[in-house]
Amino acid sequence: MTSQGRLAAWGIGLAALVALPFVYRDPYHLHILVLILIWSFAYTSWSMMGRFGLVSLGHGGFMGVGAYVTALLWNHLGLTPWIGIPIGMAAAGLLALLVGYPCFRFRITGHYFVLVTLALSGIVLQVITATRDYTGGSLGYTPNRAATNRLLALQFDDKTTWYLIALAVWLAGLAIWHWVDRSMSRQALEAISEDEDAAAAAGVDVTAEKLKITLISALMTALAGAVYCQYQMFVTPDTVSGISVSLQMVFAAIVGGLYVSLGPTVGAVITILLAETLRIGFGTRAVGWDNLVYGVLLVLFIIFLPKGILGSVLERLKPQRKASPSP
Amino acid sequence: MQAFLDVFDIYLLEAVINGILLGGVLALLALGLNLIFGVIDVTWICYAELVMIGMYAMYFLVQVYGVSYFIAAPLTILLVAILGAALHYLVIAPLLTAPPINQLLATGGVLFVLQSFATVAFGIDFRNLGIRLPVLALGDMNFSYARLLSFLAAVVGMVAVYLFMTRTFTGTAIRAISQDRQIMALMGVDTRRIYLVTSALGGALAGLAASLLVLQYDVHPFVGLTFGPITFLICVLGGLGNFIGGFIASFVFAEIISLGGLFSDLEWGYVLAFAFFIVMMFIRPAGLLARRS
Repeated sequence: MTSQGRLAAWGIGLAALVALPFVYRDPYHLHILVLILIWSFAYTSWSMMGRFGLVSLGHGGFMGVGAYVTALLWNHLGLTPWIGIPIGMAAAGLLALLVGYPCFRFRITGHYFVLVTLALSGIVLQVITATRDYTGGSLGYTPNRAATNRLLALQFDDKTTWYLIALAVWLAGLAIWHWVDRSMSRQALEAISEDEDAAAAAGVDVTAEKLKITLISALMTALAGAVYCQYQMFVTPDTVSGISVSLQMVFAAIVGGLYVSLGPTVGAVITILLAETLRIGFGTRAVGWDNLVYGVLLVLFIIFLPKGILGSVLERLKPQRKASPSP
Repeated sequence: MQAFLDVFDIYLLEAVINGILLGGVLALLALGLNLIFGVIDVTWICYAELVMIGMYAMYFLVQVYGVSYFIAAPLTILLVAILGAALHYLVIAPLLTAPPINQLLATGGVLFVLQSFATVAFGIDFRNLGIRLPVLALGDMNFSYARLLSFLAAVVGMVAVYLFMTRTFTGTAIRAISQDRQIMALMGVDTRRIYLVTSALGGALAGLAASLLVLQYDVHPFVGLTFGPITFLICVLGGLGNFIGGFIASFVFAEIISLGGLFSDLEWGYVLAFAFFIVMMFIRPAGLLARRS
């Protein structure tokens, strides 16, 4: 595809996405679309560092911090989410730096890094549960409904507004992806993921580069958590933090393919539609079965299709394109 | 004031000793995880979930079928050992040549499966064995027999693993493989069989831990999340695959949790342990026992 053609395709796709809620008004389907967009953004955030071999299972922690800090500031101090969300993001960023710095400075990579970050998301879950006097513990937490100024409270009842907000956030995520993709940091991080010592010898500041991408990724994930909380108006520790949320992010990114910008989005579409279909299919008569089937499918997926759906499709297309003579 | 301090010291000593007793069980879990990592080079993220399944097995054998505790425990160990071998055979073996991240995630998927399986099969109620062991009063301090029994059984279990690893051919082969993966196949050792035995052994240790933990804790589908993160921290701090490091780190962490729990909630003990872990990473990044290179 030529660059002009690609631009046109993006433009048409974008226009269709913006126009959608004004034409199609089924609230349930719009709800699913909003969820897909918010989670796509979260999965994209994870892939920002995941694509460079920095496999973090701590993103459940960052998401929980973003969601709970924003909601707590609103309920206890009456601080508007417009200020609360940046504070929540800063808190998650600080946490990321605190855990990331020793990891990167002292070359904690591979299995070690995964386990450290895994423990991080476990600990955030424990803290939210332990501070049950403020956060409601495992029972969940609801931001207070704003009586008058809904814009200030970032609370809207109609799905169309939320759809547009989620769409904007998702697009911002893709924009950041492309910004990183074109930056020097990308070259540096790819070199690091190939061979850390060689990259350091070639003059790459390994610790600084890794910290930078981790910070970006953590800030974005915290934003996703806060937006999710504002949309749902209810969070529990299990839906926005903890090991299962972290795993959910990695799975979706793997399913979609994490080396392509739209991969995590494809992953979100597939995993959320699958989860919803299973949830509705099994209904209330068999609580838990949907997760069981979901888990089995994910394990099978990793064993038989490790490159992800979009990744595998693109890979299959590539040699064909090379083989066919260009006109 | 003096009286207050006296009481305080007794509680402190009690917490320290309880920490040592908790450390025994944590050491058992760390040993299992370390064994699998050292030999197969895979981390079972779902390790604590195997413990959870074992705890349910104990609950059903003792509470529902009325089997004696001392018969139920070996059965549980056997069951979880089979589960461990099955996990290796079904999930890890097809992925041995795949990138490490895929192996990690596959066991993460198994974590999902085991948790939702437990939710479907057993519901989300908290269940316990209903066995109330007496409390040992030593001076002004109280220790539950459950903890003493757990500690002793954990030590016996670890000694048994040590003897197995040093005195038998299979054990020697396991230790050799953890030193050099490629050469052992050339020396005529069937690596696939050794991997299966190691996985079963790792499962058996999880089963033993389950039969001990069920004496002290209620079982529910998400109980693994209580032990999982702390076990991972212990293994990283001790150095993955380093048995002695994991052993020492278990007791360090158990003390932190126990002493932290003395001053506030148990959850804050975990937070304290994590903070300690971050600080330790600055001081000894490659693990507790690592020499600086």
